[in-house]
Amino acid sequence: MSANLSAIFYLISGVLFILALRGLSSPETSRQGNFFGILGMTIAITVTFLSVGSFSSGLIYVLIFLLIGGLIGAYIAYKIPMTAMPELVAGFHSLVGLSAVLVAISAFLNPEAFNLGSVGSIKLASLIEMSIGAAVGAITFSGSIIAFLKLQGIMSGSPITFRGQHLFNALLLTSILVLTYLLCSTQSSNFFWILLAVSFLIGFLLIIPIGGADMPVVISMLNSYSGWAAAGIGFTLENSALIITGALVGSSGAILSYIMCKGMNRSFFNVILGGFGASEQSASSGDKKHRPVKNGNAEDAAFLMKNASSVIIVPGYGMAVAQAQHALREMVDTLKKNDIKVTYAIHPVAGRMPGHMNVLLAEANVPYDEVFELEEINNDFANADVAFVIGANDVTNPAAKNDPQSPIYGMPVLDVEKCKSILFVKRSLSPGYAGIDNDLFYKENTLMLFADAKKMTEDITKNL
Amino acid sequence: MEIDPFIFRLSIFILSIFIGYYVVWSVTPSLHTPLMSVTNAISSVIIVGAIIAGLAGSSDSTFTTSNILGLLAITLAAVNIFGGFLVTQRMLQMYKKKDK
Repeated sequence: MSANLSAIFYLISGVLFILALRGLSSPETSRQGNFFGILGMTIAITVTFLSVGSFSSGLIYVLIFLLIGGLIGAYIAYKIPMTAMPELVAGFHSLVGLSAVLVAISAFLNPEAFNLGSVGSIKLASLIEMSIGAAVGAITFSGSIIAFLKLQGIMSGSPITFRGQHLFNALLLTSILVLTYLLCSTQSSNFFWILLAVSFLIGFLLIIPIGGADMPVVISMLNSYSGWAAAGIGFTLENSALIITGALVGSSGAILSYIMCKGMNRSFFNVILGGFGASEQSASSGDKKHRPVKNGNAEDAAFLMKNASSVIIVPGYGMAVAQAQHALREMVDTLKKNDIKVTYAIHPVAGRMPGHMNVLLAEANVPYDEVFELEEINNDFANADVAFVIGANDVTNPAAKNDPQSPIYGMPVLDVEKCKSILFVKRSLSPGYAGIDNDLFYKENTLMLFADAKKMTEDITKNL
Repeated sequence: MEIDPFIFRLSIFILSIFIGYYVVWSVTPSLHTPLMSVTNAISSVIIVGAIIAGLAGSSDSTFTTSNILGLLAITLAAVNIFGGFLVTQRMLQMYKKKDK
């Protein structure tokens, strides 16, 4: 296949990828969008095979490894529980990063195959693009691994900080530029390896100071990085499908990071520099007072809800941890049978990744037109009888609105306190990830339900 | 004077960033998780480079380091492609409207 013809096919698959993202503008068109994505990928892979042309025995191996990877991927896709999506996505990002690194290395070792010149005299532009692709890929890889370990709970979610961290990171980042310059001027492979090693280290150091609750930003950011890495490799390979995709994914991740930061009222740099949660904890533990809370059980909660005419459910990460989404849906079904209006309110940063709660509710067969975003539903709290907060905390904290001293001051929160009565399902009184006490717990019309979210929800259903 | 082809690629890149910007803002927030998994799948189009590396100059029995790295990259990218698209599909199947 001629180079021009294959370039046109790559362009087509790039356009199909744009359509794939476009489809996600509504759930009705999303499945078609995903189909476009699959089609685009099939075209890109087929064209690559046809353009290489030489069907040596190497082809068999390529197909075998493609099949092995595909089977592993398919197996994971079918087995993974929906609550583990954040970990899965972090894990997948690391794979994109690592493949970018591997492709960059093989292009560096065998530039002839990619028409980039020959060993020792690789074209300058290609060398720069390759370095960028490899460096960003390596940062994505090690960063995603750390994010994965933190999300899995293998590594503690609390931020790890040390003295001079920011200065050290800044020095390492500068060294990347110096190494790229040295690599380009000397073509010495040693600099390439050092560049890779430093990049792996940066990815690792960049993520360790970031706390568990900031993971939505981290995942989105790594999503963005994986895109830029792909784009860097796309320039090296002069492949428009890769360049288009890289740019799409890069800007997608950047937008998601922005939305997540806005949901927490923090600047991107504030999140990236990390340490949030580590410093606040000492501040809040100092003035800890014992304030009375109203402790309730499933029977009380069922009574309150049975006599309500409208209930708003506020799910959070705790619901995901307890796998309570199905039990919740059953409770809601019972409520609906009693002609009680039930809606769901989702905060942008509820859960550990963008849209996390929506997927869990969809999994439990909650129709998506009963689920509302913060701006859509916030005015409804004043008219609702009961707010049922399950596994959420910081996103309901009124301190964000009326306490300028609070670390979360200014963050958009759900106006749960405007409800006639509030039910809080929580395991204990412990503050949320931000380490901030929540005034809602001590309110006159708040009933605390201390239990595992799933068990409590089931008990309430029995009592309805 | 002739324009370097690099400039054309850069143009594609910059314009695609803008397309991405507008397309992604129109994605409904409830589908942000599928958005991440599908972007994950499509960024694995990097497999194109891996295939070239895997097939490059391979004679019948000898593999260069470059080939082996290519094959490894193919496996990783394939995990992502199949895993990413299928898990997205699985999620999107679950989004249902209220049946009336």
